Amino acid sequence: MAELTLRDAISLGLREAMDNDPRVIIMGEDVGAYNGAYVVTKGFLEEYGESRIIDTPISEAGFVGAGIGAAMAGLKPVVEIMTINFSLMASDQIINNAAKIHYMSGGQYSAPIIIRTVTGGGAGLAATHSQSFEGFYATIPGLKVLTPAFPDDALGLLRTAFKDNNPILYCEHALLYNVRGEIPDDSSFEVPFGKAKTRRNGSDITLVGYGRSVHTALLAAEKLQERNVDAEVIDLRTLRPLDIQTLIESTQKTHRCVVIEETWATGGFGSYVAYEIQKNAFDDLDGPVLHIGGLDVPAPYARNLEIMTIPNEQWILDAVEKEFGL
Amino acid sequence: MQVLEKTEIQPSELLNLYRDMKIIRLFEEKCSQLYMQGKIRGFLHLYIGEEAIAVGLASALNEDDHIITHYRDHGHALARGLEPRAIMAELCGKATGTSFGRGGSMHIFDASKNFAGGHAIVGGHLPLAAGLALAAKQLNEDRIVVCFFGDGALNQGEFHETMNLASVWKLPVLFFLENNFYGMGSHIDRTFAGGSKVHTIADRYKIPNSRIDGMDVLAVREASIDAIAKIRKTSKPYLLEAVTYRFQGHSMADPVTYRDRDEVDKWRPRDPIALLKEMLLEAGHASEKLIGRLDEEANLTVEDATQFAESSPDPDPNDLTKNIYA
Repeated sequence: MAELTLRDAISLGLREAMDNDPRVIIMGEDVGAYNGAYVVTKGFLEEYGESRIIDTPISEAGFVGAGIGAAMAGLKPVVEIMTINFSLMASDQIINNAAKIHYMSGGQYSAPIIIRTVTGGGAGLAATHSQSFEGFYATIPGLKVLTPAFPDDALGLLRTAFKDNNPILYCEHALLYNVRGEIPDDSSFEVPFGKAKTRRNGSDITLVGYGRSVHTALLAAEKLQERNVDAEVIDLRTLRPLDIQTLIESTQKTHRCVVIEETWATGGFGSYVAYEIQKNAFDDLDGPVLHIGGLDVPAPYARNLEIMTIPNEQWILDAVEKEFGL
Repeated sequence: MQVLEKTEIQPSELLNLYRDMKIIRLFEEKCSQLYMQGKIRGFLHLYIGEEAIAVGLASALNEDDHIITHYRDHGHALARGLEPRAIMAELCGKATGTSFGRGGSMHIFDASKNFAGGHAIVGGHLPLAAGLALAAKQLNEDRIVVCFFGDGALNQGEFHETMNLASVWKLPVLFFLENNFYGMGSHIDRTFAGGSKVHTIADRYKIPNSRIDGMDVLAVREASIDAIAKIRKTSKPYLLEAVTYRFQGHSMADPVTYRDRDEVDKWRPRDPIALLKEMLLEAGHASEKLIGRLDEEANLTVEDATQFAESSPDPDPNDLTKNIYA
């Protein structure tokens, strides 16, 4: 077992793919000479050359579409969109082309592209640079959406992604790059899509998250332990495909469930997850399935204001106390 | 690789060009009837008047080359050699259609003919064209990409982004502008600030370009042969503008309130099929009798396709969710 940061786990997965498959190329804004805006592709340009590490103009619709076209014609492109906020410029390409080409062509064409992008707020970048659209993309049939929260999942999901023939959004939370964790030495270690992972076992309440909200849930679980409440924490890991069964089974055991996410609470993907749990585990519930999302405001710049908008462990503790008296 | 030389065209080839244009004309007229009868649903955009472009270009292209196009795509598909039966069945939403009834009129695909669609978001397929070319280049394949688009796409960001990418990355793409003067009902003079020499917009991207008479199938063929030879030789893009006119409305839903009868009448003598027929008769390449035989051949092709489509089964409801994922 080696200990790596989440950033290095992604780099490792990308290197493996570059080494193993000449069809893999990496393209995006400043992935080459600049080493990547979040330094994930550091040194790649020197190692693999500019024919496979392609710096693009700031032209999201253009280069994401080009990645999709290249995927249709036999390449396995990894396209980096610097942040998920900029994916809006390429949303026509992602939603109308990548997600639909296989179905609409009757299965004749496919778009095996991996779109890596950075999601989440909390870094003082204000309203246009602090959004979390992974849940929105997960509502679109034809896409697969991955949200690794730990280095082992970051690597394992990426390995699986390279074997998949569908368009994939691989969403890296901006504040998780330095999270450290053990990586299995076994090079055949992979993480399947559509299989949630229980990151903490517990018997009194189930906390569900994805991306950074898993870490928030784990912090809340530690605090709940001080109140003698034993929380189970489940990491969705992939939003589409979505593993509802693990959530149902956990909730049937704990009788209480809270779904936590960082995007705006209104219309959040987590509210759909909460609906599925209450529908399927209704008879075992001691109260409503709770959904905690971000505050419905454009992300403010000032630190004291921004921290008011993103769910933290105290939000979870307050909600659990108020609703369940725990 | 087969590089077509611009040689004297054989009379037999001229007759093929005539027949192929006639097939498209009759096919479109049949579509119009079927639409009125409610057998074709959704939007239906007819190619009547523009046949010389698809046929002229297709006669200059290799089988390995990619074609990608917009939603007025029946003509391109027929000229490329897709089965008329399968195209008509797709329009009728049948299981035997090119996409097994998943795409309809605007989304005709045939991977076996390197026909990468039929795309219905104006300008949205242009980045895909760059990607198809990028893959060909990366895989050292000797193929080029032909990307049809209309004057309506000129004002989309994706057009400009793709022109820039194709030039910066030296991609073998023939950008084929079908200028019929109208983006739906808005005349290009009211929507485009780039002046009347529309093709010269490519100058800003250092992409060589020229304009041709899109009603003259031989002019289209010769210009296509020239442009394609240049692209193969330099592996750089080229833009061709074919000036043309659609004799019908934008779609079947169009009452054509935005142009007067006189304008249409002025274009009538420029009908590309009538022009070629006249030339064939005058040059002694064909008799009225032979033309009549070609017309009948075209008619039989369309009747056969229609009969096939109408007698084909609907798609199996059990397959509704097939091909969402590869």
